[in-house]
Amino acid sequence: MDLFKRHLPVFLTAAIGILTILSFFIPHPLVANPAQLLLDWAIVTVASGYVLGAANVLKVNGEDALRQRVDWPYKIVLLLAMIAMMIVGFFLSGGTHFLDAGTKFTWAYDNLYVPMQSTMFALLAFFIASAAFRAFRIRTVDAGLLAIAALIVMIGRVPVGQWITRELPIGLQLPTWASWLLEWPQNAAKRGIAIGAGLGVMATGLRIILGIERNYMREEKS
Amino acid sequence: MPFQAARDTDLRRTPTPNRPWRPTPVLAGALAALCLLAGAATARAQDSTAVALAPAILAPAPPSGVASADVPDDKGEALAVSWTASPDEAAHPGRVLIYRLLRADAETGPFVAVDSVAAGTTRKTDEHVKDGRTYWYRVAAVGLGGEAISADTGVGKPTAQWLNSTRLSVFLITILFFVFVLGYIHFAQRGRELFVRRIPGIDAIEEAIGRATEMGRSVLYVPGINDIDDIQTMASLTILESVAKMTARYETPIIVPTNYPVVFTLAQEMVKNGFVAAGRPDAYDPNAVRYVTTEQFAYVAAVNGIMLRDKPAANLYLGAFFAESLLLAETGFATKAIQVAGTAQVAQLPFFVVACDYTLIGEELYAASAYLSREPRLLGSLKGSDLMKVLLILIIVVGCALETAGIHAFTNFMNTQ
Repeated sequence: MDLFKRHLPVFLTAAIGILTILSFFIPHPLVANPAQLLLDWAIVTVASGYVLGAANVLKVNGEDALRQRVDWPYKIVLLLAMIAMMIVGFFLSGGTHFLDAGTKFTWAYDNLYVPMQSTMFALLAFFIASAAFRAFRIRTVDAGLLAIAALIVMIGRVPVGQWITRELPIGLQLPTWASWLLEWPQNAAKRGIAIGAGLGVMATGLRIILGIERNYMREEKS
Repeated sequence: MPFQAARDTDLRRTPTPNRPWRPTPVLAGALAALCLLAGAATARAQDSTAVALAPAILAPAPPSGVASADVPDDKGEALAVSWTASPDEAAHPGRVLIYRLLRADAETGPFVAVDSVAAGTTRKTDEHVKDGRTYWYRVAAVGLGGEAISADTGVGKPTAQWLNSTRLSVFLITILFFVFVLGYIHFAQRGRELFVRRIPGIDAIEEAIGRATEMGRSVLYVPGINDIDDIQTMASLTILESVAKMTARYETPIIVPTNYPVVFTLAQEMVKNGFVAAGRPDAYDPNAVRYVTTEQFAYVAAVNGIMLRDKPAANLYLGAFFAESLLLAETGFATKAIQVAGTAQVAQLPFFVVACDYTLIGEELYAASAYLSREPRLLGSLKGSDLMKVLLILIIVVGCALETAGIHAFTNFMNTQ
């Protein structure tokens, strides 16, 4: 049993991981084609997982509705909407062409879901305002530097910034300062973080491939 | 028939199909005059065009010097074809309109058109060939007067390569990185003490769970909104196990809303593992991990609903986040929860820094599992990454110095495709 529970998953993870890495460097079909095939299989595997997801939505929200937990009417709305969309998608929208333009499924998605999604996204403007209000309260030197930099960038990116400093030499105008801040210090910091994160990705990948980090396997632990 | 056309257009603009349009006498006269003028002008233009186009109706001279070469660093499924432009391109602009690429499986043909490019182009890559087979190419110059096929033929045979030479620098760096990591893991396994700097954000996770325990409220864990193919999600799920272990030990409820089915399944496994590791498998709640939706803002609505309904005392956002980062973190701030975030999405970091109490920046997210478990082999991989960072700093400094000195070979070597 140890073979199937422990050694085989670790071996498969290592073999598939190494093959995928090699396919980045070796374009030969003997390496690239099996790697591509495995990636295609991954898509199929992921797709089959949606059945589990739908079952969980029904179970969790169904229980809440039956036991009349907090806000249970919303759970009923959710379940009804989910079932209605499934019926429309499966039976009333041309079978496998349910995503085509003009189908009932597409109509429901475009006219019901998309506006609701846009509404959620629009809330971001208010959240940005409230977060910015807190961020720009100058309590420390760091917060002060942040506020000054933000002020220069915000004013420097709009026409009024150009207008305020129009009499100054081009190098001292606010848009020049704003561009300099964005292109040099900001980019340098971003790239530093990106390099660190890239190495983190490689290290995590290596740990998983080598079986050092295998939390994905359920093992008996003390 | 210009009058008819004008009337049709007008009818389309005014939807009165039952009442035929009748021009007034004055308007009819004006239109007739305009039509006469337009007709005369068109006739003059046609005459002059005919004179100007007279030489262009001849077929163009054929291109020459057709050659074909294997595209390097590929899997043998492309051939680059080049040719010398037809002399008419320069001598009679407009006579050549396109070049048509003809291909045959044998020297004698038949040659079949496989692609075309605009005049002025002298290269085209044929990406519909098979590794190891020989192909013959000819190029036809096509114009209004007909087409002329090149007399010479280019022969090519695509070959698959065993190494993409443009990625050699990445390959070498990857090998070095693996050596560093494995070396440090080896040292760690032999009992060598490895120092890892304190990461306040990770320390704060236990503090947040402790606070939730004191308040008798739950812990909300959001593993990002990307699927399992994102390594940030993998890192987040690894941390989830440690978090679940802590919550199990403190007997604090944990809620994990997920947005991809595979992430959901793995998150369930991680939370179960955590409860088993804490010796409390009986306390595991199967509804603790729940699948919500793959849709970004529907997921946000659901998670914000959990925050406002259940009022978790600790919100942990660890993984890949996009526009929803601030929507989540600001809602969490409004519920007065202690919040710890961690992501490698550089654009979202400022939002988390502003709205959360602690933020794991970039690589700290990947270091969290090693930091929390303190397992020597995992710590060894962190030290390997640190050594690689030193090497990359050196590469950057050397690259800058060489570029400044006008030496580009090193930069070219580091370029990848």
